[in-house]
Amino acid sequence: MTKPRRPTLAVWKFASCDGCQLTLLDCEEELLAVAGAVEIARFLEATRAVRPGPYDISLVEGSITTAADRDRIQAVRRESGLLVAIGACAAGGGIQALRNRASLAELTAAVYARPDYLDTLAESTPIAEHVPVDYELRGCPIAKGQLLEVITALLAGRQPVLPPHSVCHDCKLAGQVCVMVAQGIPCLGPLTQAGCGALCPGFQRGCYGCFGPMEQPNRPALDHWLRALGVGTAAAGRLDGRFDPRLQALAEDTGD
Amino acid sequence: MAQVQGVALNDNQDPDTRRLVITRDGLAVLLNALRRHGYRLIGPRLGDGAIQFTDIDGVDDLPQGWTAVQEAGHYRLQRRADAALFGYAVGPHSLKRYLHPPRLRLWRMHRDAMQGCSSDSGADPGGDPGGDAETSDRDPQTTAPAGPFAFVGVRPCELRALAIQDRVLLGGQQIDPHYQARRAGCFIVAVACGSPGGTCFCQSMQAGPGLRDGFDLGLTELDTDPTDPPQGQRLLLAIGSARGRALLTEIPHRPATAAEIAQGERVVARAADAMGRHLDGDGLRERLLAVLEHPYWDQVGARCLGCTNCTLVCPTCFCTSVEDHTDLTGQYAERTRRWDSCFTGDFSYIHGGSVRQHRAARYRQWLLHKLATWHDQFGSPGCVGCGRCITWCPVGIDLSAEAAALAAAAASQPGLPTAPPADPSPAPTSAPQPAAMPARRHE
Ligand code: SF4
Ligand code: SF4
Ligand code: SF4
Ligand code: SF4
Repeated sequence: MTKPRRPTLAVWKFASCDGCQLTLLDCEEELLAVAGAVEIARFLEATRAVRPGPYDISLVEGSITTAADRDRIQAVRRESGLLVAIGACAAGGGIQALRNRASLAELTAAVYARPDYLDTLAESTPIAEHVPVDYELRGCPIAKGQLLEVITALLAGRQPVLPPHSVCHDCKLAGQVCVMVAQGIPCLGPLTQAGCGALCPGFQRGCYGCFGPMEQPNRPALDHWLRALGVGTAAAGRLDGRFDPRLQALAEDTGD
Repeated sequence: MAQVQGVALNDNQDPDTRRLVITRDGLAVLLNALRRHGYRLIGPRLGDGAIQFTDIDGVDDLPQGWTAVQEAGHYRLQRRADAALFGYAVGPHSLKRYLHPPRLRLWRMHRDAMQGCSSDSGADPGGDPGGDAETSDRDPQTTAPAGPFAFVGVRPCELRALAIQDRVLLGGQQIDPHYQARRAGCFIVAVACGSPGGTCFCQSMQAGPGLRDGFDLGLTELDTDPTDPPQGQRLLLAIGSARGRALLTEIPHRPATAAEIAQGERVVARAADAMGRHLDGDGLRERLLAVLEHPYWDQVGARCLGCTNCTLVCPTCFCTSVEDHTDLTGQYAERTRRWDSCFTGDFSYIHGGSVRQHRAARYRQWLLHKLATWHDQFGSPGCVGCGRCITWCPVGIDLSAEAAALAAAAASQPGLPTAPPADPSPAPTSAPQPAAMPARRHE
């Protein structure tokens, strides 16, 4: 009896820092098991050898910021069975989407000596704005546990466990003391989707929202409370949710 | 404490009404004796800006001379003027964390070389009899060696919550074997409350601040002068069980004087007058059920974050969800149970979507379950007045204030139909045990 063919896995990079892809290499203990369970057909961060598509699973990192990338993501989608967007850039547009709120001409003139050399789109947009995405892993960077959860679930043919509830929920499961209530540290946990294991509050700092909005975020209610607490402008600035512009957009939202 | 399913949880059939006195040194001997008898000591201890309820080594770990200021959405540690050992109210954690743990592996399964399967209950050999609380280096409370728990400094509201959890998890048709195993052997050193917090209302819920029953040994800390040395602490001691009495033979103690007994009564009476919150329970169930469609729910829903903190800190909320995980080799699978909350969308998800779409509906579910429908289901309110949901709500939503506002709304709308009275005879407590737990235990 022949062994069933291992599913093929491809890793793709768009506008990003490579941190999320590196999470795959960071699976040190599990990496051999991953390599045994799936055929890593395309992963330039690890090897230059690329096997031709199509691929069963594509992990897509980064946001769409150029016309070339806008075309390339279509090709990736055509070559992929399941497409998993990984990280805050792919899921929400990323830190580079800060530019969506400013004039591109002014920004490029301020940063580059020869802005005319640049060929870029006016906005940084998430993968799901261009092609259908099957699963989305949040975070800057993604959580190793969630990456393995998605891979093992796809291998077993089951739904991955990726709850859309708040970071607070996981903060309480971990038994942590709320930094906002006990220390007055502003925290975006109540608005942010779980997945990191409430990492930042566990280190006595507020969540800065890198996992993007939870299922039904109520930002006006949290903003109102923080203003009443007299949270200063510096802290409020940090609360902009700069890692996932979708949290920023909620500031003008009315909730539900 | 009642007999539940034939298991004597605290064998106090023969309560000893004598009042004794121990000192701080006596308490130290008591805690050491519990450790020597193999108990895992869990008690109050300072950490991360709060008085946590966690592993302690002995009396030196108690937050002597500390208290905490509690208000809606606000908690701050503060120094006391005296050297009280138990001069604070409940913190963020409750016994639920240990007896009904946040994550618990229910079972696991290995596929063997012959393509057969073997499964087990998930309990580690020789380890925790009640299933395997997930180990994680970010959650040291559940990785410490398992053993029967000795809970130290358990407050009256917490004892009431324990009785409610016993009713929910052991007293109905479905018995939770994990809770049962963890609950059966635990030793409880309770403490009457002398310094209630700003969000406490146990007096309204008839849960405190004095001790009645449900403990093995019960303490009431007597006041000391700020100039007394820290070692001068005296505690009135009541015996609540035969096990407590047996342990006392190892602890230096003496009979209390009449003056000391009177002083202990004053401590509790003063605490009863110092409750930070109040809730008028008279006819509350009927009044709340009369305003199911009141616009006030939308007003609360607009303030609520749907973050689930209130339900997870509540010592009586018991809802869980199960998750299945597999590994990369395809040779291993496990099922885990974790705390869930009626504030999430998944909680009421059925075919086609969530039954409770908006936060207003979810807040209504929580408040009504705690203060109204719990009566119908379990024969008591689901709230003990511990104030945790008020303190630990990140935006300070106050259950006692919301309930009062809704009750007032009911009173001002006399035309509304009132709910039928709660069934005075709750579900039988001696039903046959089912073979397996239901996959999801919800309201
Ligand atoms: S620390 Fe942040 S994430 Fe944790 S419970 Fe408080 S608000 Fe929520
Ligand atoms: S509802 Fe609130 S006050 Fe009542 S027992 Fe639960 S956490 Fe404590
Ligand atoms: S349904 Fe009831 S017991 Fe469950 S989380 Fe909500 S209020 Fe708590
Ligand atoms: S009442 Fe408070 S703690 Fe509860 S879900 Fe709403 S915001 Fe969170």
